[in-house]
Amino acid sequence: MNILVYIELNEGKLKKAAFEAACYGGDLAKQTGSTANAIVFGETNEDLSTLGAYGISNVYHVINSATYSFDARAFSKMIAEVVQKQSSDILIFSNTITGKSIAPQLSVMLKAGLVTGAIELPKTSNGFTVKKSVFSGKAFSEINILTEKKIIALQPNSYNVSKGEGSAQVQSMETSSPEVKVKVESVQKVSGEVSLTEADIVVSGGRGLKGPENWGLVTELAQLLGAATACSRPVADVHWRPHHEHVGQTGIAIAPNLYIAIGISGAIQHLAGVNRSKTIVVINKDPEAPFFKAADYGIVGDAFEVVPKMIEAVKKIKQQA
Amino acid sequence: MQTIFATPEQGKEPTQQKSDMKILVCISKTPDTTAKIAFTDNNTKFSGDGVQWIINPYDEWYSLVRAIELKEADPSVTIHLITVGGADCEPIIRKALALGGDEAFRIQCEENDSYVVAMQIASFAKSGQYDLIFTGKETIDYNGSSIGAMVSAALDLPFVSHATKFQLNGNNALVTREIEGGEEICSAALPLIVSCQKGMAEQRIPNMKGIMGARTKPLKTIEAESHQAQTSISNFDLPPAKAGVKLISPEQPEELIRLLQEEAKAI
Ligand SMILES: Cc1cc2nc3c(=O)[nH]c(=O)nc-3n(C[C@H](O)[C@H](O)[C@H](O)COP(=O)(O)OP(=O)(O)OC[C@H]3O[C@@H](n4cnc5c(N)ncnc54)[C@H](O)[C@@H]3O)c2cc1C
Ligand SMILES: Nc1ncnc2c1ncn2[C@@H]1O[C@H](COP(=O)(O)O)[C@@H](O)[C@H]1O
Repeated sequence: MNILVYIELNEGKLKKAAFEAACYGGDLAKQTGSTANAIVFGETNEDLSTLGAYGISNVYHVINSATYSFDARAFSKMIAEVVQKQSSDILIFSNTITGKSIAPQLSVMLKAGLVTGAIELPKTSNGFTVKKSVFSGKAFSEINILTEKKIIALQPNSYNVSKGEGSAQVQSMETSSPEVKVKVESVQKVSGEVSLTEADIVVSGGRGLKGPENWGLVTELAQLLGAATACSRPVADVHWRPHHEHVGQTGIAIAPNLYIAIGISGAIQHLAGVNRSKTIVVINKDPEAPFFKAADYGIVGDAFEVVPKMIEAVKKIKQQA
Repeated sequence: MQTIFATPEQGKEPTQQKSDMKILVCISKTPDTTAKIAFTDNNTKFSGDGVQWIINPYDEWYSLVRAIELKEADPSVTIHLITVGGADCEPIIRKALALGGDEAFRIQCEENDSYVVAMQIASFAKSGQYDLIFTGKETIDYNGSSIGAMVSAALDLPFVSHATKFQLNGNNALVTREIEGGEEICSAALPLIVSCQKGMAEQRIPNMKGIMGARTKPLKTIEAESHQAQTSISNFDLPPAKAGVKLISPEQPEELIRLLQEEAKAI
């Protein structure tokens, strides 16, 4: 068997999700007695041979005019060519915006069954089943992949990255350069912000914060902790915060190590998107707020008094460190 | 209320779009967001008992409404709705028709496998010669996030995912899409497939006129093509219950920080 991991770059840098995918592919190779190779598109200053320490044997690096900007259709066609050349049987993607727009295309092009949002290694002893979270985190499901070729898109923040030894063989690879039909006109990055789906820590605010003018509490705590910021849906709906911070069943689903919810009641639709967080902290002045039932730690109190003290306490431990 | 991020004003200004455009909007049904999640048949099936079904929010709030806005800007636009599923999808598709859209189609088919669903949509779309196909970014039950991209591959049409804004200029679309840590504006000629999310449009409530009108709008049932499923659901389970919350006095937030550092090892 032959595993191919699609490694995502963000502005030429290897993303956290890319290391997770590499490890997942590497571990799956060990489990099935096969090899895991990787494919990287576009220019990078990174030393791609370091992927060897995460379980990757060969890195195929493709640079051509179609790799400069992202067109899902063009990328899928190039990946399909590499799969053909390498006779890969299993493809691993990150279940990111990029992964979601190319993995399903390859599923159709290669007639390969797909599971998006995988959170564990597949069970391969009897068939091939992949566990994913469904109902936006309210349940799990195991899905059988019935086809010979298989594709898995790994949910970010769901698989442990462990670095071992070794160095991968990096070789540049040629593919055709498909016509780019979706042209990127401009990119607007919110610089310095930690990406929400990859963040280890997320600090989130709800309507309890009363208005955007009070968001300094959330952003200051987040900055001190190196965390990403998020919000409940009504907060994004009234434009106190941008839409891309909205977490929950109809927003982004996240699974950070630590989720701190400030002034959020914990409605079922909010919990759905965040309840896979490892540790949940709730700050709410209402002891009956449903969020406390889903929390690991909680403070029943006024956020405007509690959070500044938390900020001071974090500053102290950061100074000691 | 103070606004620090601009509200989307799109939909109000007329877009310059090509006339007689045909838009296909993909509509799926999902359990209501407050539905109790439970399983039957030895945990192999979702239990629909007492469940209220709704239009998948991304389809209802964003892709359908944006299509309606495009038609409002130019009445020569035709909007077709498609759903793949059993007869139990009909109330959902009627509700979608009440919001807007000219005609609906239901492909009679079990919707267990994304690939099979996508193949049905693709083959229907091919015969309809659509200029635009809208899907939601994902369904909130199985969270597949796959159908739009699958249809794009099946039809070899360009695909833009996670769109937050959509404008037309003649035969050209200008789409803003979410990327990790920001947004990107891209352009593509029609025909095009777009998966829609928040920002595309503002949620609407169907009015009486729409509801009455929807009763007489055509809803056709079409036999499915046969395609081999690529996946099957093996089983479901529920997450383990939380052990219970540890409450810390509001006078001692520093104790919380200590616990997060020493006990939870989270910071
Ligand atoms: C179809 C559907 C989909 C939805 N999807 C989502 C989703 O994806 N994400 C989402 O978040 N919501 C979603 N919702 C909305 C959800 O039902 C709730 O309305 C929403 O999550 C509530 O947001 P909130 O907790 O910020 O506000 P509220 O429910 O108003 O809660 C505010 C909380 O702040 C507390 N508070 C007030 N003042 C203070 C203070 N000084 N200090 C500390 N605490 C204070 C209050 O006790 C209260 O618990 C959805 C709803 C529907 C119907
Ligand atoms: N059974 C279906 N019938 C019609 N459209 C669907 C169906 N399932 C999914 N879709 C469309 O595809 C989008 C993404 O769904 P999914 O890939 O299943 O997460 C949805 O938001 C719908 O627009």
